[in-house]
Amino acid sequence: MSTTAIQIGSTFEGIPLRLKLKRIERRQKMKALFLVLPLLLFILVAFVLPIGRMLFNAIHDDTLLTLAPRTMTALRGWDGKDLPGEAVYAALAGDLKESWTRKTAATIGKRINYELPGSLSEVISSARKVSLLPAGPYREALIKIGPLWGRHDVWSLLKRGTSAYTGYYLLRSVDFEYGPDSQIVASPPENRIFRDVFLRTLGISSGVTAITLLLGFPLAFLLATLPRKSSNLLMILVVLPFWTSVLIRTTAWVVLLQQHGIVNDALMALHVISQPAELIYNRIGTVVAMTHIQLPITLLPIYSVMRTISPSYVRAARSLGAGPFYAFWKVYFPLTLPGIAAGCLMTFILCLGYYITPALVGGPADQMVSSFVAHYTNEELNWGMASALGTILLTVTLLLYYSFSNLVGVDRVKMG
Amino acid sequence: MPGTNNAFVEFSGVQKTYDGETLVVKDLNLEIARGEFLTMLGPSGSGKTTTLMMLAGFEAPTQGSILLAGRSIGNMPPHKRDIGMVFQNYALFPHMTVEENLAFPLNVRKVGKQDREAKIKRALDMVRLGAYGGRRPGQLSGGQQQRVALARALVFDPKLVLMDEPLGALDKQLREHMQLEIKHIHEDLDVTVVYVTHDQGEALTMSDRIAVFNDGVIQQLAAPAELYERPQNAFVAQFIGENNRLRGKVVAMNGATCLVEIPGAGNVQALAVNVGAVGRPTVLSLRPERVKLNPAPGSLPNVFSAQVAEVIYLGDHVRTRVSVCGHDDFVVKLPNSEGTVQVEPGAVITIGWKTEDCRALDAP
Repeated sequence: MSTTAIQIGSTFEGIPLRLKLKRIERRQKMKALFLVLPLLLFILVAFVLPIGRMLFNAIHDDTLLTLAPRTMTALRGWDGKDLPGEAVYAALAGDLKESWTRKTAATIGKRINYELPGSLSEVISSARKVSLLPAGPYREALIKIGPLWGRHDVWSLLKRGTSAYTGYYLLRSVDFEYGPDSQIVASPPENRIFRDVFLRTLGISSGVTAITLLLGFPLAFLLATLPRKSSNLLMILVVLPFWTSVLIRTTAWVVLLQQHGIVNDALMALHVISQPAELIYNRIGTVVAMTHIQLPITLLPIYSVMRTISPSYVRAARSLGAGPFYAFWKVYFPLTLPGIAAGCLMTFILCLGYYITPALVGGPADQMVSSFVAHYTNEELNWGMASALGTILLTVTLLLYYSFSNLVGVDRVKMG
Repeated sequence: MPGTNNAFVEFSGVQKTYDGETLVVKDLNLEIARGEFLTMLGPSGSGKTTTLMMLAGFEAPTQGSILLAGRSIGNMPPHKRDIGMVFQNYALFPHMTVEENLAFPLNVRKVGKQDREAKIKRALDMVRLGAYGGRRPGQLSGGQQQRVALARALVFDPKLVLMDEPLGALDKQLREHMQLEIKHIHEDLDVTVVYVTHDQGEALTMSDRIAVFNDGVIQQLAAPAELYERPQNAFVAQFIGENNRLRGKVVAMNGATCLVEIPGAGNVQALAVNVGAVGRPTVLSLRPERVKLNPAPGSLPNVFSAQVAEVIYLGDHVRTRVSVCGHDDFVVKLPNSEGTVQVEPGAVITIGWKTEDCRALDAP
């Protein structure tokens, strides 16, 4: 008997049992994969690839490498101390001549202009003039045409261009840049804006998150404790804004908060204020509108967690001698933490990416990182900067999420 | 037994309604003595849990008063009543360890560290969970959670402990074990226990007295044996233990006994417990184990012939369903003490019972 049992246990129709199990499991895995394949492909093609490509732009820039190939080759041997020799200038002259005929001089100029502001026109005029120049020597002639070419920092810049990878955009996004000798230095004060923008973004986001929590928690508590019928009605009122576009909700705030809007008129009619208060196109307007939009997103996870908390916990605490506040603070509140964590995290992360609302109801000093990303993408066509700002925002978000989930425990965070 | 003066808990004229139309508890009068183990037993919706919640302070009586140790507690919030409570689903705080759960009532009472640790240790040892103090409730089995809940309700030495179906979620074996454990803890500590359950076995095992609730009213309040042996009405007879019911009509009253006519079967001598005048309908209540098989002629006042419909062998006894007096759901429990019981389905047998085992009750 025991021998047969062992034989059955180890083989089945001549195939080892373990192999058989693996085959069946693999088949099931393939089936599961097949079902998620369309979504997987969609995410890959529509999300991961484009975003990955954009993030790549933050460190990849081969403008100089493709548009000034001769100069780049010639510069490989340059030690970077004095101005390069005649051979390099000759290569540059060749590249500039070609760029003039191929009308790419402006692109080269723009790339140089990022790091050395004011050099765009000089590069273009150099290209035009060089194209009229007879054969070399070019060194003196070029410096004479454009004093730019006699500067050491422009050659450092060109030398950095020999690599297709650059740290310039990322450095610029945190208010650093390359100095004349390719060392990393702080940006001049007029360019030092991004650290402020990031701090402002984080500040507005945490402020809005805190306000939505303060407003949302009591409301969620009310919704969770009311009888089902009345709580359903209130819930509709809470999610009603969800069914309206963000643009409309934001514009509605313009109507309410503008100088002669409803709020100001009412306050003045009640003689609370004598002059219209500045409620819009500043930080107040931004925070008010964002809070309104984000409130349900903070509230809903808290509400859904509260619904699962049995009233017997608080009753138990009360029967054990705790007063109403003590029972709430020591027993009920800790049990809502997973919901608070989820709601606040979602609101905070969504706030980091706000763009339309600050643009419509905020002032110039309320624009967040996304506005700058949009500005660089749409207006300056500087995709390197746009990508670098986006990369940093994404990294900060992921870091926050990571540290947060370590702090709270990601399994305890309940997303609705 | 409690007297009016030394009642520890006293409900007088208590009514409760939730919707203003139907009374969940109707005119409740109940006295509980110090150190007593009182069980409120009844089907769901009978008002027993509402009564418990009024005592705990989570519901306010619509009318009437509740006294605890002589003081009215009608307006006293739950946390000032000093009543320990064990909930149906234990209600252990999931974000605290077992020790923190037990420390909770002590911290509220600002018990010093040394005293607190001693009390926690004593309570955990009492429920034999001394090694589990550092665990969270989620890491414990149902029985262990139940014991922690018990320890938490007792750790601050309350004089009164309420238990709301605390064993409902446990399997049968564990439940029976915990029943004895709770009973022993009650005997060891000088504590008054008010226990709510719908399980009559549980009530009979543990209680000093049982209050049988139905329809918002206490149907009978008595010790377990009294309740089983001498039910006062048809509901109690039906709810506690197994019971045969024979419907009939009172034809003659004779002091403590009466004669009841079962339509189409003849007259039965019964104890007149809860019957109206002659001519009123009644229900005869008869325990299955009190019915004798093949009684000697003339030994019993009530003897009828019956046809065996079903025989179920249950080891210690044989459960026999017979058709008698026009009722085919009459059950007879025959003890298996002689080794074999000679009944076959279809056989016609004689059965009989004593007058005092047959109680004539109200006809609901």
